[in-house]
Amino acid sequence: MGVSCKGLNIIVKTDAPDGLSRRKFLQTGSGVLFGTLALSSGIISTLAPSQSWALPLKSFTEAEGTGILKITRCIFPHDKLDDAVYALVVKDLDAAATKDPAVGELLRDGLKQLDKKANGDWTALDYLQRENLVIKMAHTDFFEKIRGTSVVSLYNNEMAWAHFGYEGASYEMGGYFDRGFQDLEWLPNPSADASPAKA
Amino acid sequence: MSKIALDDDSAVVIIGSGAGGGTLANELCQKGISVVLLEAGKHETAADYQNNEWDSFGQLSWLDKRTTSGSWRVSRDFAGLPAWICKTVGGSTAHWAGASLRVQDHEFRAKSHYGDVAGANLLDWPITLKELEPYYDKAEDKMGVTRTNGIPGLPGNNNFKVMSAGAKKLGYKDCHTGRMAINSRARDGRPHCRQLGFCFQGCKMDAKWSTMNTEIPNAELTGKLDLRSSAHVLKIEHDDSGKANAVLYVDDKGVQQKQKARIVCVAGNSIETPRLLLNSESSKYPDGLANSSGQVGRNYMRHMTGSVYATFDQPVRMWRGTTMAGIISDESIHDPSRGFIGGYEMETLSLGLPFMAAFLDPGGWGRDFCRAMDNYANMAGIWLVGEDMPQESNRITTHATEKDQHGMPVPNVHFDDHPNDIAMREHAYQQGKAVYEAAGANHVYPVPAYPSTHNMGTYRMSEKSRDGVCNKYGQTHDMNNLFISDGSQFTTGASENPTLTIVSLAIRQADYIAKQMSSKAI
Repeated sequence: MGVSCKGLNIIVKTDAPDGLSRRKFLQTGSGVLFGTLALSSGIISTLAPSQSWALPLKSFTEAEGTGILKITRCIFPHDKLDDAVYALVVKDLDAAATKDPAVGELLRDGLKQLDKKANGDWTALDYLQRENLVIKMAHTDFFEKIRGTSVVSLYNNEMAWAHFGYEGASYEMGGYFDRGFQDLEWLPNPSADASPAKA
Repeated sequence: MSKIALDDDSAVVIIGSGAGGGTLANELCQKGISVVLLEAGKHETAADYQNNEWDSFGQLSWLDKRTTSGSWRVSRDFAGLPAWICKTVGGSTAHWAGASLRVQDHEFRAKSHYGDVAGANLLDWPITLKELEPYYDKAEDKMGVTRTNGIPGLPGNNNFKVMSAGAKKLGYKDCHTGRMAINSRARDGRPHCRQLGFCFQGCKMDAKWSTMNTEIPNAELTGKLDLRSSAHVLKIEHDDSGKANAVLYVDDKGVQQKQKARIVCVAGNSIETPRLLLNSESSKYPDGLANSSGQVGRNYMRHMTGSVYATFDQPVRMWRGTTMAGIISDESIHDPSRGFIGGYEMETLSLGLPFMAAFLDPGGWGRDFCRAMDNYANMAGIWLVGEDMPQESNRITTHATEKDQHGMPVPNVHFDDHPNDIAMREHAYQQGKAVYEAAGANHVYPVPAYPSTHNMGTYRMSEKSRDGVCNKYGQTHDMNNLFISDGSQFTTGASENPTLTIVSLAIRQADYIAKQMSSKAI
């Protein structure tokens, strides 16, 4: 199960020789989320060891994990951001639920409420219908728990950095001194008085 | 390193190793005076600092429990985190961006220059710019401030290019890469800046001045410094005559210790300093130490702040290079025709992707939020920082029931914006927007205040003992061997980033303490 990217640490390469099978996941945890890199595959694919990813869950079932992922997509709708990044939110909420059963209860209750409002399986609705029901839950503890976790988890990983173009740590590469800190060319340069030449 | 015995009552005990405490410690040691420097945080250095926003935040920030109240938005957005300051050797000089500006002459005379302002507790400083100028000179030299002492300015990054282009179109005249305590050339044994873009996370190059990489090691070389890190002070004690005589703290092993002292100097930042002195109440001082004026903890100031971020059609990559890469000072004047008194600075700021998400619109979500984040690489940013009005009711108190990990009451930070603060912020948002629209922005995002980094007041200097807590040397009016050595001394906030003034006051205070000691006045 190789990883070439910090953000992918949780994402287990399913087709690696030492990878865990779906059966094994089901034996060790409650559920497992599977996915395939697709949407923003360009940049993130270069970081990933494989096109397919899997996230073993400790507290949630596969259906619950899928539900939470889809809710997160409604709260932070980056159309081109891959599910693999949203899965990191599910991972953190799963860990929180494992540590504190009250979190699991809060999220399961919320998922049930969504199903109730959908008169059935909320996840089976089309995107706009799903979004509409999620937005109606804004400011509830359920919504805030997912929003508050997402605003950190979604943007604090190398896959997201690659997607949004943020370059992260620079010390090891000698900073940006010789790597484009003043490479903007679509505006006039400031005077040498205002911005002296570099050392 | 010097080891000073716990029952040795001849040393100066300084609480806090940041801009005020760290500088004061070095200045006293250079004069041959023994110093015990107590720092609540660990001794992290450049090798320990991390180019990662959340990891660094967890490593360096003061995260002990605090509560908030009042109508300021920080209380809603960050209820348990009123301030973004540090708990580490070097204090918040680990986190600061390096902007080193002198307070202007008229700002020292706020009350006489601005006149009475309803609801504001304005007062003139008991010190003038002229008196402080020689110390500003020393501080700028010590800190290697660019554009002083023949030190060239820093080269501007992409974020500055955007600011500069907008400022020029708008007709602003005073816009450049700032006066920064960041080496543009190797100096004082520290290398030049390599534009890492992680100034807030502790400079891994040591190109940025901090007390951790200058004052404290210099003090250690004298053999006069006893630095104790992970030493969390609980209380200051006094003798029957009312003089401070010992400091009670929990050491790095969790054991309570008592260090005797000849003089005690407090530099814990404007929240912890009053909290400590309020928690030090005794039968002689039932309202906390040095509080005969009733002003302890009051007049808390945090600067009028806000940010403006804007997106453009083409990449900016604002994270490349110094966090605070340039400044517009044209609005840092007193011109009441703008609808408010006092002025503000506009300084570039950048946040990495993780902190942009956290601070862009705290509590935010949805399509608009995501659209801004989708354009992160095309974003430029400025921070707005201006003089806020001192108000008696903006204050630090100790919580009636909430206790910290050592069983001491936690501080509550109460703040309401003054109408002048609100009018200034509105103006600053307008001007920030104008700068970016002039540079071709396709969308502008006004961003609310972050948790406070500029914490001031709460132990202010005053000519008369009824108006404030300490005199113009930071010596408390009530206890002649108790000094305040941080931004708590500020009588008013001025519009400039406070660190240079804190350092200058500390150098001046060291001269005063040395004279008082040698004449046996203390």
